[in-house]
Amino acid sequence: MLQRKHSDEYLLALDGAGVQRGGRWLVRGVSFEVRRGEIVTMIGPNGSGKSTSARMAIGLMRPNEGEVMTRAGLRVGYVPQKMAIDRTMPLTVERLMSLTGPLTRKEIDAALTETGARHLAKAEVQNLSGGEFQRALLARAIARKPDLLVLDEPVQGVDFSGEIALYELISDIRNRSGCGVLLISHDLHVVMAATDTVICMNGHVCCRGTPEVVSRSAEYQTLFGGRGSTALAFYSHRHDHTHLPDGRVQHQDGSLTDHCHPEDGHHDHDHHDHDHVHGPDCGCGHDHARLVRPAPGGKGGSDVR
Amino acid sequence: MFDDFFTRALVAGIGIAMTAGPLGCFIIWRRMAYFGDTMAHSALLGVALSLLLDINLIVSVFVVASLVAILLLALQRAGTLSADALLGILSHASLSLGLVLLAFMTWVRVDLVGFLFGDILAVSRSDIDAIWGGGVLVLIALVYLWRPLIASTVSEDIAEAEGLSPKRARLYFMLLLALVIAIAMKIVGILLITSLLIIPAATARRWSSSPETMAVMAALIGAAAVVGGLFGSLRFDTPSGPSIVVAALAIFVVSLIPLSRPAGAASERGPS
Repeated sequence: MLQRKHSDEYLLALDGAGVQRGGRWLVRGVSFEVRRGEIVTMIGPNGSGKSTSARMAIGLMRPNEGEVMTRAGLRVGYVPQKMAIDRTMPLTVERLMSLTGPLTRKEIDAALTETGARHLAKAEVQNLSGGEFQRALLARAIARKPDLLVLDEPVQGVDFSGEIALYELISDIRNRSGCGVLLISHDLHVVMAATDTVICMNGHVCCRGTPEVVSRSAEYQTLFGGRGSTALAFYSHRHDHTHLPDGRVQHQDGSLTDHCHPEDGHHDHDHHDHDHVHGPDCGCGHDHARLVRPAPGGKGGSDVR
Repeated sequence: MFDDFFTRALVAGIGIAMTAGPLGCFIIWRRMAYFGDTMAHSALLGVALSLLLDINLIVSVFVVASLVAILLLALQRAGTLSADALLGILSHASLSLGLVLLAFMTWVRVDLVGFLFGDILAVSRSDIDAIWGGGVLVLIALVYLWRPLIASTVSEDIAEAEGLSPKRARLYFMLLLALVIAIAMKIVGILLITSLLIIPAATARRWSSSPETMAVMAALIGAAAVVGGLFGSLRFDTPSGPSIVVAALAIFVVSLIPLSRPAGAASERGPS
């Protein structure tokens, strides 16, 4: 399922885009494209600018530098990271579906059935659990048959098996409708298999590529050939700089800069091999909860245990 | 059996309640109660300016309330003070400015209590025209703005990403609110307009399973409160505005009594 399914038709493209707030760059130098039929996944630690980049891409934030281009008349289906609906608003899942445009009964039923939220149609959204709410929001976004689905952490509150099912569903929707998908995630171990392009964010785009490349790498073989896969994971690249608490950046060569910017000459982006395999006690300082654990052989979600 | 002024007051009051109910729903969904209050308080400044410049009262109040709303949005965006503090400042500053300005104008005699708490005797034939004309205009605009307003109340981000211009919808909503304040002032009074917006809407929540039914219910409950309040006002010789608010409160209290389970709420909870 990792063959190219996307065409060359661009839905949106960012070129060197950056957002500055209060004199601080939230993200800088963000360049990526989403094509029709392509699933692009952004990963990265909290505060790395994933959401900001996605918000820029769909026009919720204006870039202070660089450019954001979207195809004319692009129809977006958006699932935001968080939202709060006041309890005083009586809103059933069914009513939520036609929030931004009219839908037929059939379309509503079909979308709810697809996301496994059919039984929740009459429930009030404020009474849903986190996982149920995410399913309802996803159903709403796909029901409007978008050209581009933008999903900001769509599996929050969804349990592990539900998570796999949701990612498979997203991939299914892409296959059937041919829409582009921009996905934000911090747990890549499941999403990896169904992704065409991975973009790793760390205040800027610090690396990008296909998951096949990652899953064929030597580290991957070592990892799954050796100590098993329970708590182990590996990075497809190394971070060559550290973000200090005061916002400055310490680079591999020991120098300090105020910003993390690809063009500042401190980065080592061509150097994507890894210097160690992560284990529970490798002491590398990386957050192991966020490390990449790709599916064996790149097959969809089959490494789930 | 009614004196003519009383019929006029009833017709005017019901007209106001029908428009205030649906708008009030948005005020509670969006947690804008204090915002609405601030706009209403600025109406007294509008009254003073109307007398000073000899312009139409409704136009003057509408313009001042709209400007205060826009000023509030601009100051909130500047972000130096919290929205709460800004509302507190503008609310009472505009009220006091209006009072001071009126005190300077020694050549006019105004019934201040009538403006602050409403006066059914003040309702004229032309007031009814303004109330119903303005009210129909507000309702038509609301129907037209319904989807973007509901969508941006649920999530500004979704509305914006999916092309519904939530900022424009919010601006239009403010203008509608200013218009309702301008036409409702005579019946319920500046200090009590917010309660006619909020209490019927809050009461309607109990019996509503969708935003649409809640808006309709709020309009009907508001109309009932107006009828009850005005009859009470006639019977006990109490000021019209407070009497209507007391009647609305009575309905609200009844809605709190757990006679039956709320429609659409916990009873329709799906399995989890």
